[in-house]
Amino acid sequence: MNDTIVAISTALGVGAISIIRISGQNSISIVNKMFKGKNLEKVDTHTINYGYIIDNEKNEVIDEVLVSIMKAPKTFTTEDVVEINCHGGIATTKKVLELVVTNGARLAEPGEFTKRAFLNGRIDLVNAEAVINLINGTSEKARKVAMKSLEGATSKKIRNLRQKMLELLASIEVNIDYPEYQDAIEMTNELVKPQIDIIQKELIKIINDSENGQVLTTGIKTAIVGRPNVGKSSLLNKLLDEEKAIVTDIEGTTRDIVEGEITIDGVLLKIIDTAGIRETNDIVEKIGVDKSLKMMEESELVIIVLNNNEELKDEDKEIISTAKANNKKTIIVINKNDLESKINIKEIECPNIVYTNTIDAKGIDDLKDKIKTLFNLNMLEKSDFTYLSNVRQISLAKEAKSILEEVYVSITNEIPIDMIEIDIKRAWNKLGEITGDVYSEELIDQLFSQFCLGK
Amino acid sequence: MNEYEIIVVGGGHAGCEASLAAARMNHKTLLITGNKKNIADMPCNPSIGGPAKGIIVREIDALGGEMANNIDHSCLQVKMLNTKKGPAVRALRAQGDKVTYPEAMIKTLENQPNLTILEGIVEDLIVENNIIKGIILDDQTIIKSQIVILTTGTYLKAVILRGSTKTSSGPHGEKPSKHLSDNLKKLGFTIQRLKTGTPPRIAKNSIDFSKTSLEPGDSIGYTFSFDNKPMYDVANQISCHLVYSNDKTHKIIMDNLDKSSMYGGYVEGIGPRYCPSIEDKVVRFKDKERHQLFLEPESIYYDDIYIQGFSTSMPEDVQEKMVHSLEGLEKAEILKYAYAIEYDAIDPLQIKQSLETKIIENLYTAGQINGTSGYEEAAGQGLIAGINAARKLEKKPPLILKRNEAYIGVLIDDLVTKGTKEPYRMLTSRAEYRLLLRHDNADIRLREYGYQVGLISEEKYEKFIKKQQNINKLTNLLKSTKITPKKEVNDYFEKINTPKLSEGSTTLFDILKRPEINLSHLKHFIDIDFDIEVIEQVEINTKYEGYIAKANREAQKMLDLENIKIPTDINYDKINNLASEALQKLKEIKPTSIGQASRISGVNPADISILMVYLKKEKKI
Repeated sequence: MNDTIVAISTALGVGAISIIRISGQNSISIVNKMFKGKNLEKVDTHTINYGYIIDNEKNEVIDEVLVSIMKAPKTFTTEDVVEINCHGGIATTKKVLELVVTNGARLAEPGEFTKRAFLNGRIDLVNAEAVINLINGTSEKARKVAMKSLEGATSKKIRNLRQKMLELLASIEVNIDYPEYQDAIEMTNELVKPQIDIIQKELIKIINDSENGQVLTTGIKTAIVGRPNVGKSSLLNKLLDEEKAIVTDIEGTTRDIVEGEITIDGVLLKIIDTAGIRETNDIVEKIGVDKSLKMMEESELVIIVLNNNEELKDEDKEIISTAKANNKKTIIVINKNDLESKINIKEIECPNIVYTNTIDAKGIDDLKDKIKTLFNLNMLEKSDFTYLSNVRQISLAKEAKSILEEVYVSITNEIPIDMIEIDIKRAWNKLGEITGDVYSEELIDQLFSQFCLGK
Repeated sequence: MNEYEIIVVGGGHAGCEASLAAARMNHKTLLITGNKKNIADMPCNPSIGGPAKGIIVREIDALGGEMANNIDHSCLQVKMLNTKKGPAVRALRAQGDKVTYPEAMIKTLENQPNLTILEGIVEDLIVENNIIKGIILDDQTIIKSQIVILTTGTYLKAVILRGSTKTSSGPHGEKPSKHLSDNLKKLGFTIQRLKTGTPPRIAKNSIDFSKTSLEPGDSIGYTFSFDNKPMYDVANQISCHLVYSNDKTHKIIMDNLDKSSMYGGYVEGIGPRYCPSIEDKVVRFKDKERHQLFLEPESIYYDDIYIQGFSTSMPEDVQEKMVHSLEGLEKAEILKYAYAIEYDAIDPLQIKQSLETKIIENLYTAGQINGTSGYEEAAGQGLIAGINAARKLEKKPPLILKRNEAYIGVLIDDLVTKGTKEPYRMLTSRAEYRLLLRHDNADIRLREYGYQVGLISEEKYEKFIKKQQNINKLTNLLKSTKITPKKEVNDYFEKINTPKLSEGSTTLFDILKRPEINLSHLKHFIDIDFDIEVIEQVEINTKYEGYIAKANREAQKMLDLENIKIPTDINYDKINNLASEALQKLKEIKPTSIGQASRISGVNPADISILMVYLKKEKKI
C-alpha cells in the first residue's frame, strides 16, 4: 500500500551537498526517468551511480549528481530507497525535488521515513513513543507553517479559483441530480470548455507567480557585468556596504566570482561580481571571463556597468546584446557620472538606465528602486512564500493543472459531461489540499444555495 | 404470544425489506405495524427512483430485495433520466400507483413463509444487560425475540403542523408512538428532531389541464428489476403536467409568512434543504419569478393529484389562496391539505455499519429513524438490516457494502461516519466512485452477495453467471479480432463515417472506443449474437475503459486503508498525542478501519499516523 515518498534529507542551505531521499516501490523507476547515466533499474543494489538529473520537459540538465540505489529490504525503510546527492544550492535541490514529485512521488509528511522504518520493523519498539512524538511535533510545526502561508494572497487566489470551480461543478451536478429542473442551464462540453479555459489560465498564472515568488525567497541571482575597470566591484561594495571584492585601478583584478547578499524590502538579491568581460590572453582571467558569461546566462537579473567617461565600445554593445538575446531582466548602470560624459546614451537600447558614481550613494538608491520595479517587489506579499509549503503547494497546483489538461482531452473526445465533471472535481480537490479545505459537504452546500431545488 | 427470532417494528419501505429479507433467510419474523393498510405506504410523492435513488432500487434488486419488483408491478409511468449524459448517471424513475404499490407489497408479505404481520404500536423495548429481548406494545403485550429492527419512519413522537396548529399524529391521521423515543433516550440514544413536509393534493377533475404543459413517459419500456419484463402499457402511460408559481402566489406567501409553521416559529425540527417548502423557496430565492410545479397523479383508482414542489406548512385558508393563484388551478379543489411533519430520530453515529446499534446488542435501526429521507434510502437500509440481523443469528459476519460497491454502502457509511443534522438524501455527488456505481451494473456489483446471503435463487443466479460469461466472451472476441487497412475495411469505415485505418492491425476493441462506433457497426466483422444487456456492458466497459480504470485506482487507495482494521477493544485514551478533537470523535464513532477513521471530520492525517503507529506497536495490525 505504500506509495513513493520524497524529501530533502539534509538541512537546506547548509553544506555544499544536499541529499534527496526517495522511498517506496516506484522510487527507482521514478528517478530513472529523470536520470541520464546508467539504467538505474538494472544496476546492482547498494551502488553509487554517476550521472545527470534532467528536466525532460524543458530538455535541460539540472545538476551533476551521484545516485545511491538501495533495493528492499536492506534499507532504512525496508522499501526501495534512492538517494540523490546534488551539488547545488537551494534552487537546484528544490528543482530536483520538484522533478521527483512531477515524476510520480509524493512529498513525505514530516517524520514519514522514520514512520515507515518503524512500521516495517526496522526500528526497535522502544523507539515507538519517540516516533509518535516526532510525527506529532513536526506535523504540528508543518501545520503552523501551512497556516501561515494561508493568510496570504495566493491562498485567496486559490480559494477564489476553487469557488469558480465549485460553481461550475454545482451547475453540472444540478443537471444530474435534478434533470428536470428548468432554471439551470443544461451544461454541455461546449459550455464547460470556456470556463475551464478561464480556470486553467488562472491556475497557470498562480503556478508561475508562485515559482517567481520562490525565486524571491531563494534569492534573485544577479550578475554584475561590464568591461574591466568600469567600476563593477566598487558598485558591488556600495551595495554590500563592505569591502568584499578587491577593487584596484588595474584592469582585471577581480578574478573570482564573489557572492554577496543584499536585501531589498525583505527580498534577497544574490549578487555576483564577475570578472570583466574582455578578450584576454591571461589564462587565469580567461577562466574568470568564461565564468562571467556563464553567470550572466544563469542569472535572473543582469546589471551592466558602463563607463560614463568613455565612448560606448563594441564589447559594451556585445554585452548589452547578449543580455537582450538571453531575455534577461537588465539594468544599465552608467558609472562615473562625476566625470565628463563621453558616452552616447542613444546607442543604448535599454529602458532601464541609472547613473552612479563611487563617491556618493545617490545612484545606489535609484538602482535599488529600479530593481524593485523590475521584479514587482512592491506588489508581492512575501509572507506567502514559505519554502516548505510552497513546493507542496506548487506540486499540488501542477497536479490540478495536469488533471485539467486531461479534461481538455476528454472534451475533444466527446466524453459525457458527468465523466468530465469527475476530473474537474479531482482538480478541485487537489486545490483544496493546498488550502486545507477538504470539507466533504461543500459541493452539496453549494448545490442547494445556488439553485432552488426540491419537491 | 409466540416468540420470534426477529421482530421488525414498522411497515414502511425499510420495514418491508427488513422483514422479507429476514423471513426469506429462513428466520421466524414478526412485522408489527400501526395499521396494516398503511404497509408500504407512499405518504409523500408518488414516485420511486430518480438520480442515485433509482440506482439504489436496482441495488436492492441485485441483492434480492423487493422494491424494484414491486414498483415494476405498480407503475403508471417510467422515464430514463439523464440519457444525454454518461452511463454513470442514468437512472430510472417511475410514477407509482399509491393503491397498487402497497397492495402488491402486502400480498408479497402475506404470502411470505416465516413472516407474520401484527397490528400494534410499540412503546417500549425489553433490554437485559444491553441485549435486546423483545418489545412491549401500547396495550402492555410483551413479545419476545432475539433481534429487533426498528423502522419507525416518521412515527416517533410525530407531530403534524399546519400554520399554528399542531396535531400529535403520523401521516393519514395514524397513531404515532408516543413513548418509544423517550425509552430509547433512557437507554442512552441521542434523539434528534427532524422535519419534512408534503404538498397539497387536489382533485383531478377540478384542474384546467389546457393551461398546463404535458410531461409524458418514455416510449421505451423499462423495468427496475433485472428479472422482469415491462408490465405496464408503454404506449398508454399516465402523464404528468407542469405548472408554475407566479407573482400572485409569491405575494400571498410573503403576506402570510408569519402564519406558516416554519416562519411562525412553531417548528423545532431541522428540515432537509433538498426538500424545501414553497415558502422557503420564495424567501431564499427572491429574484426568481416562478418555480416549477409538477402535477403528478397518485393513482388510477382515485382523483388525487400531487403538486410536486408546493410543499408548505401554511394554514388551510392560505393554502386555498396559494393553490388558486396557480394557472389552471384557479378552481382546484384541495382534497388533502399540505403539512409539515416533525418526528424523532436517533443519531446515526450510534449505529454500526451493520446497522446494529452500538449501545444495545441485537437491536437494529433502518430508514428515517436513522436520519434519512426517501423511500429508496429507507428500503436500502431495511434490506441490509434484515440481512445482517439474520446473519447475526447465523453467527456470520455482517454484509457491509463498500463505498466503491454500492450507493447503499455510501449511504450507510456516510450515516455512521459523519452523522447527519438534516434528513439525508442520496445524491450522485455523495459517491466518489460514481462511474463504478452505475444502474446498469448493479447486478454485476452485488448479485454475488445476494446469492451468498441466500436471497437470490439458483435460477436467477445461473442467469446472472451466464450474463457475465457472455460479457467476457464478447470482450475477448473484440480483443482478439484484428482488422487491417484493407480497401474493403476502409470503404466500410467511410460508409459509417469513421476515420479510415492507416497502417498496422487494430483490434475491434480499439475500434469500439471511437465515440461514433457502437457494437452494431462491428457486426460487419463478427457475429454478435448477445442480449442487449450484455452488449450494453461491453460497450460501456470498452468505451470508458480508461475512466473506469482511473476510478478503480482511486477506489483501491481507499480499500487499502479500509483493509487496516481497528480492533473493537482499542482504548483510545491509551494513545498519547492524539489531538483532543480526534480523540473525542474516535471514541464516539469507533471506526472499524483506518479508512473509516480517515473519513471522520476532525481526524487529521497526523492522527491517523499516530493511530497506525500505536496499532503496530500493540501488534494489532
